[in-house]
Amino acid sequence: MTRMALEGIKVIDCTWLAVGSWLTRYMADHGADVIHVESATHPEMLRHSPPFKDNIPGVDRAAYMPKFNHNKYGITLNLNHPKGPELLKKLLVTWPADVVAQSYRPGQMEKWGLGYDELKKVKPDIVMVCTSIWGQTGPYHNQPGVGTNGVSLSGVTHITGWPDKLPSGPWGAYTDTPAPRFGVAAVLAALDYRRRTGKGQCIDVSQYEAALYFQIPAILDYTVNGRAATRAGNRLPYAAPHGVFPGTGEDRWIAIAVFDDDEWQAFCGVIGNPDWCRSPKFATMRGRKANEDELEGLIGAWTIQQKAEEIMEKMQQAGVPAGLVSNSQDIYEDPQLTYREHFWTVDHPGVGVHHPDGPPFRLSKTPAQLRMAAPILGRDNDYVYTQILGVPDDELVQLIDDGVLR
Amino acid sequence: MIQREEGALEGFRVLDLTYQWGFLCGKVLGDLGADVIKIDPRGGDPSRNLAPFYKDIPDSEKSLYWFSYNSNKRGITLDISHRDGQGIFKKLVETADFLIETYPPGYMDGLGLGYSQLSRLNPRLVMTSITPFGQSGPYVDKKFKSPDLVSWALGGVLYMSGDTDRPPVRISGPQPQADVHAAAEAAAGTMIAHYYRQSTGEGQWVDVSVQQAVVWVLMNSHLFWDINRIMLKRAGSKRTGLSSNVDQPLVWPTKNGFITFALLGGKAGAKTNKSLLKWMEEEGMSNEFLRQTDWDKFDMAVLTQSVLDKYQEVFGKFFLSHTNEELFARAVRENIIVFPVNKIDDIWKDANLAARDFWVKVEHPELNDSISYPGFFAKFSETPIKIRRRAPLIGEHNAEIYEKELKIPHDQVIILKEAGVI
Repeated sequence: MTRMALEGIKVIDCTWLAVGSWLTRYMADHGADVIHVESATHPEMLRHSPPFKDNIPGVDRAAYMPKFNHNKYGITLNLNHPKGPELLKKLLVTWPADVVAQSYRPGQMEKWGLGYDELKKVKPDIVMVCTSIWGQTGPYHNQPGVGTNGVSLSGVTHITGWPDKLPSGPWGAYTDTPAPRFGVAAVLAALDYRRRTGKGQCIDVSQYEAALYFQIPAILDYTVNGRAATRAGNRLPYAAPHGVFPGTGEDRWIAIAVFDDDEWQAFCGVIGNPDWCRSPKFATMRGRKANEDELEGLIGAWTIQQKAEEIMEKMQQAGVPAGLVSNSQDIYEDPQLTYREHFWTVDHPGVGVHHPDGPPFRLSKTPAQLRMAAPILGRDNDYVYTQILGVPDDELVQLIDDGVLR
Repeated sequence: MIQREEGALEGFRVLDLTYQWGFLCGKVLGDLGADVIKIDPRGGDPSRNLAPFYKDIPDSEKSLYWFSYNSNKRGITLDISHRDGQGIFKKLVETADFLIETYPPGYMDGLGLGYSQLSRLNPRLVMTSITPFGQSGPYVDKKFKSPDLVSWALGGVLYMSGDTDRPPVRISGPQPQADVHAAAEAAAGTMIAHYYRQSTGEGQWVDVSVQQAVVWVLMNSHLFWDINRIMLKRAGSKRTGLSSNVDQPLVWPTKNGFITFALLGGKAGAKTNKSLLKWMEEEGMSNEFLRQTDWDKFDMAVLTQSVLDKYQEVFGKFFLSHTNEELFARAVRENIIVFPVNKIDDIWKDANLAARDFWVKVEHPELNDSISYPGFFAKFSETPIKIRRRAPLIGEHNAEIYEKELKIPHDQVIILKEAGVI
């Protein structure tokens, strides 16, 4: 096996749910040793979230939790037991860890005596990364919430959907998606800085603030021009047609985006140059924008007689941007994603053989590799407590009896 | 303790050869302290003509879109399709640690500026390419075009978003979302390659796919298909996937807007539901059905539609009788999981952002004005993240970089200008 990019980095991963665990998965995928710390007394929400193997719930049967935790070691440790935090600090110093990541509600790590100030005392150069919806400070920092709530804070819920309907928001916990990417970049910058200066630090990633990076033009439009963006369906001010149209079959759709008059001419060619295509009112972008309702109706009447997949091929061949609105089955069968080996094949003892996502980027010399499936609860207790920490057998039995390793 | 002035990446140089869909990657490195040189093609980057504009004046030097993702960069103009331009570009590459680009696969190779050629000049170079589908594969061979709507479609997320009785819907607003997902992924991949380069001295090529970045936004919906052959569908302002029987209402109208609230089980759900019920009792808006619910045993996964309707009616009336501000103020006091659906103006007024000094005033001397920018993706205790410079004007740093740093004689620079190279 070739050397991996992040070989040698050791991470204590006190994260749960998506954001923190996703952040550390990048590191595990690229060779860092990551120990995911969980407790059997409070299995995280993703272990209780569908889909489950055979639709039967169970902490090791959920596919959502493994998605963010492949390539990691997993231990159980009850941090609510007085000896729990002690053991975690021992791991930090003995292993020793370079990074501690955590995504609990702000203040929780401090309650356990595991805040940055405490960790720094035993490991001065530790790089700690904390992620939460609001960040670690501010009047609302303690307000609990999950990704789906964060989306509504970030303004994205309000601008997704149709002008005449309730805001629908995008699919799922959208604000969970910016923070892990920025967060891992931040941690690696801090580790590189530490290598040059010997100094560690604490990084506070607010999922809300990170998500606003995806909205900067809309925000400046407000701070400068006083304009607040709102939802516009699928329309764009400078493209027409720009929408989603029905194909044959149930819930099959084609996305078509025409940005200039050349693409419009090509589009008309693909649909067989019907009379209405030659109408002067559709000849220019301004004309198509002015008559967009009518235009969309005419296009929909054509697309609904065709297979969406075929429309995509014909349009793209003619140089018109168009894409199948892929459902879950389509993306698993997508030739490009298949070619790119986007989905990994992972055999997980609880979930079985399944196909979670690999990283969306490929490093030419040190690509991500699947080394091990995500841990079932407590899988690596023996390795971590006995081999890394060197806890003697009798002490280990005592810790188990006392409920510390749960 | 005195905070350092420099960011974590201070001293590293980035050449940013991206268009619109790659800007954010270079901005992240710039925010972290790197010296980012944005290379505009002759006459300026096309995205300088993108709305919104400063005070709605359509002018290439007034695009707020450009301002957004090019702060912390210096700017030069250079035509890399021109032979002399390529010579200068190679000189720059010798001084650089990173190169980020968004040209179609093969274009840089065709100019003699592909990774294999540039890495011979500078083996430490980390080169990052952001393209709709990655560097190769069937859609690349067929030259598929993929603006935001198409990336959103082929990445599976479009299918999951929007109302049940309408076509799938994208996210509106001036920022195409697929691009920023990919550019953020590019920043992650680039930093992984950076760490390896600093360990071994070896650069490499990071190949980023927009389509794949979008697929990650699906979170878990495709896994339902993968392991159970269940096809999740869009559910509008409701949320699908938490229960096998019902879609869960997520967006609720209030007296003056919308909030998000999800009926959840588990400890967190029980706490929120009990607190809300207490509040409803105080206002005489609860009923016997809610009172008899054992919230500690409440389980969304087995809820039926008729039971959900009963809850929805009571909660719905309650939310509708209050403003967002009333609801959120008490939610914060009692740790109730109710969040406002913010518009941009609500974000601007947000007390938590204000307390964290999120907003940054940036001077724009050329406009004789200062503009409030949103702050950063993270706070660092040791290496500050800040806006050190506003986005560059067209060719603003040509003299500084060509003459002072690359030591190209002034008369040569004039010739290059006349030849249309810079």
